[in-house]
Amino acid sequence: MDFNDTPQEAEFRKKVRSFLEANAEKRSTLAAKPKGDAGSSISSAGAPETVKGEDAAKLALENAKEWQRKKADAGFAAILWPKEFGGYGGTPIEQVIYAQEEQDYFVHSGYFEIGIGMLGPTMMAWGKDEDKKRFLPKMITGEEIWCQLFSEPSAGSDLAGIRMKAEKDGDEWVLNGQKVWTSGAHFADYGMIVARSDPTALKHKGLTYFYVDMKTPGIEAKPIKQISGSANFNEVFFNDVRIPDSQRIGAEGEGWKVSLTTLMNERLAVGDPPGLDFDQIFEASKEIEVEDGLAVKNSEVRQKMADWYIQSRGLQYTKYRSMTALSKGQTPGPELSISKLVTASKMQDVSSYALDLMDMSGMVHQDQNPILKNLFQNGYFFSAAMRIAGGTDEVLRNIIAERVLGLPQDERSDKKLPFNELPSGKN
Amino acid sequence: MNFDFSDDQKLLRDQARKFLQDKCDRKSVRNILEDHQQNYNADLWSQISELGWTGTAIPEEYGGLGLGMLELCVIAEELGRALAPTPFSSSIYIFAEFLKSYGTDDQKKKYLPLIASGEKIGTFALSETNGKPKPNNIKTSYTSGKLNGSKNPVTDGESADYIIVAANSDSNSNYNSLSLFIIDRNGPGVNISNLDTIDPTRPSCTVDLENVACERLGDEGSGWEMIDNIFNRAAVLFSFEQVGGAQVSLDEAKKYSLERFAFGKQIGAFQALKHKMADMYVKIELARSNAYYGAWALSTDSNELPIAAAGARVSASEAYNYASQENIQIHGGVGFTWEYDCHLFYRRSKLLSLNIGSIRQWKENLISNLEKRNIV
Repeated sequence: MDFNDTPQEAEFRKKVRSFLEANAEKRSTLAAKPKGDAGSSISSAGAPETVKGEDAAKLALENAKEWQRKKADAGFAAILWPKEFGGYGGTPIEQVIYAQEEQDYFVHSGYFEIGIGMLGPTMMAWGKDEDKKRFLPKMITGEEIWCQLFSEPSAGSDLAGIRMKAEKDGDEWVLNGQKVWTSGAHFADYGMIVARSDPTALKHKGLTYFYVDMKTPGIEAKPIKQISGSANFNEVFFNDVRIPDSQRIGAEGEGWKVSLTTLMNERLAVGDPPGLDFDQIFEASKEIEVEDGLAVKNSEVRQKMADWYIQSRGLQYTKYRSMTALSKGQTPGPELSISKLVTASKMQDVSSYALDLMDMSGMVHQDQNPILKNLFQNGYFFSAAMRIAGGTDEVLRNIIAERVLGLPQDERSDKKLPFNELPSGKN
Repeated sequence: MNFDFSDDQKLLRDQARKFLQDKCDRKSVRNILEDHQQNYNADLWSQISELGWTGTAIPEEYGGLGLGMLELCVIAEELGRALAPTPFSSSIYIFAEFLKSYGTDDQKKKYLPLIASGEKIGTFALSETNGKPKPNNIKTSYTSGKLNGSKNPVTDGESADYIIVAANSDSNSNYNSLSLFIIDRNGPGVNISNLDTIDPTRPSCTVDLENVACERLGDEGSGWEMIDNIFNRAAVLFSFEQVGGAQVSLDEAKKYSLERFAFGKQIGAFQALKHKMADMYVKIELARSNAYYGAWALSTDSNELPIAAAGARVSASEAYNYASQENIQIHGGVGFTWEYDCHLFYRRSKLLSLNIGSIRQWKENLISNLEKRNIV
C-alpha cells in the first residue's frame, strides 16, 4: 500500500510537469483552487482583477484559447482521445495525473471540457467520418467551442422528457422550442442537441440527436442570472431553426441512445469540485472570535470540524482507491458516484456554519469582508446550486441505490404510453 | 498509486471470511450472548490461534508469523463482519502492541510467544469511573512495588491471564506520574467481578487490586504517551472491525428490503428506503477509505498516525452506528426483536465506538493533532 506512481506514471507526470512549468504560472496555496460558482471554470476567472465585466470575460476566453492551443501542440489537450483525432491516446490514470498537475496552475480549460470530455466522444462513436475530420481537430485546439443542448424547462432530472420539436421538411429539420442550463451557449460555436422527432412514439423512442451551428438563424441565447448574481448558464431559444439532415447524429429515433454516450462520459469529464472545505473553515476558525474566545478553541466548533474533516479526507482517499483501480487497468468502483453528493452538502453546511460563527458580520457580502474574502458568503450561494447541478442529491441517491446496491428501480408510469399521452401537468 | 491491499492480503481476507462463515455463525455468537457462563467462544479462539491469526503481526523471534499490520487489518475486518466473540482485540490490538512497542527484550520473550500462540490472553485496565479517563480520576496507585485500586470497566478482564494496569507511581497524581504495570490476573490480591455490558458478546468486569505484585512496562511517568500511541494503533484496527460490521448491516438491510413486500411491492423499491441505504453506503465507503489511510499510516510508522487513526476511528464509528441503527429501522417491527440479528450489530457498533474512547473524544483528538501539525 503506497501512494507512488508506477514507473510509467512517474514518467508521464514528469513530462506533464515540465510542460506546465515551462508554459504556465503556478498558484499559491490556500484558497488557490478555482473559486466556486456553478460552471465557474468558464466564468471570468483567469482575467486580472482590474479588468471587469464583458472585457474580463473576453480576455479570459482569449487566454483560455491560447492555453488550449499550447496544450494541443504538446499533445495534452485530449488525453483519452485516440491519436488519429489529435488526442494523446492515453489512459484514464494519465488523464487524472494531468488534471492533478494542471490544477496547481493558473490556467482555464473549462471552456473546452464539455466538447472534449463529452461531445467529442459522442461524435467519435456515432458521427460520420467527414464530420469527425471536420470538427474534432478544432475541438481539441479550442478553435471551436461546443455546448451541450440537453436540459429543458420541463426536462431536468427527467431528461428524456424533452419537448424541443424536430420536424422533418424535405432534406431539412425544423427545430422549435427551448433549452436551458446550457453552459457557454453565448460563446459556443457549435452545439449538440436532442429533440423530439416523434411525439407519438414512446418517450425514449421518439428522440433524434443533431449538431447545430450556434450562428444558425433563429437561435438565441439569453444568460440566466443565478442566486449568486453571476450568469454562467443560458436559456437558448429555437425559433424555426432549419438544419440539414446531414447534421443528424445517429438514426432518427435513436437520440436517447446517442445521448447516453454523451452522459456516460459526463462522469469522466467532471473534475475536482471547487474548494470550500474543512481546510478553509479550519483556517477561518483561527481568526473568528466566538463567545469564549477563538472559534478554533470552542468545543462545539471542533466537533463539527472533525465531521467535515473525515468527509473531506474520506473523499480524497476514495479517489486514491479509484486511481488505484485505474492504475491497474480496472474500472473504478462505484465509489466515484458519492463524490458530488457529499461535497455539495458539506459545502453548504460549512459555509452556513461559518456565517454563524461570524455572527452579525456574516451578513456582509462584499470584497472587503476580512474572512477569506467572502469565501463563505459565496459558498453559501454556490452550494445551493451545486446540490442540484449535474444530478440532484435525490437523483444521485437513486443512482447509488439502483446501480450500486441493486435495489429495484422506481415504478414508472411513463414507459408504456406514447409521449404525447403522458401526464405533464400542462394539458 | 497503489492504495489497496495486495493480492496476497486479499487472499487472506477470502480465506478468513470463509473460515468465519463456517466456524462463527450467528448461532455461535448467540451462544455467547445468551450464556452468561461463557465470556468468549473458546473453540473459535483456539482455532484462530492455530491458524496463526493471533500471531499475525508479532515478529517471528517472539513466536508470531511476522506479517505486517496490513494483514492484521484484513483479519480485523473479517472478525468485525462475523461479530466474533473473542478477546482478540484486547489481547492482540492492545496488549501485544503495548509489549511490542514498550516491552524490554525480556518482557517480549516472556509474554509475546504466549500471546502469539493464543495460549494466554492479555488486556488493558485504564478507566476507573464514569467519563473520560484523565489524570485526576486515575486513583490506582503504585507504592512500594505493589498496586492498589479498582478498575472498571475492563474489557475481557475475566478471560485475561495478564493485565496491563495504568497507575500513578507518584502520590502527587499529575499527568507525568502515570505508569503502566503488568500483573498476573490469577495472582494474589486480584479480585474480578463481572459487569453486564450493552453487548454481552464483548464482556467487561471490575478489577479490584489489593497489594498486587507487578512489573513496570515502559518508562516511569510516560503512561499517557504510551496509551495515546497504542490507542492510535488499536483505533485503526478497530476501524476495520467497524467497517466490516457496518457493511454486513447494510447487506442485511438490503436483503430484507428485497424479501419483504408491503403496499404491493418490495419495500426496497420505496425511495425513502433506497435513499436511506444510499446514505449508509456513502458513510461506509468514506469510512473504508479513512480506514485504508489509517492502515497505510500504521503499516509505515508514519508520523501521520495520530491524525489518520482519529480520522479512521471517527468515520468508522459513525458509519457503523448509523448502519446498525438504520438496519433496525428498515427491518421495522421484527428489527427490535431478540429473534432477528439486527440487535447484535446495534450492540456491537455502540460498544466498539466507546471501548477505546468515545467519538467526541476522538474528534477532539483529531482537531488537536491537526492544530499541532498546523498545516493541513
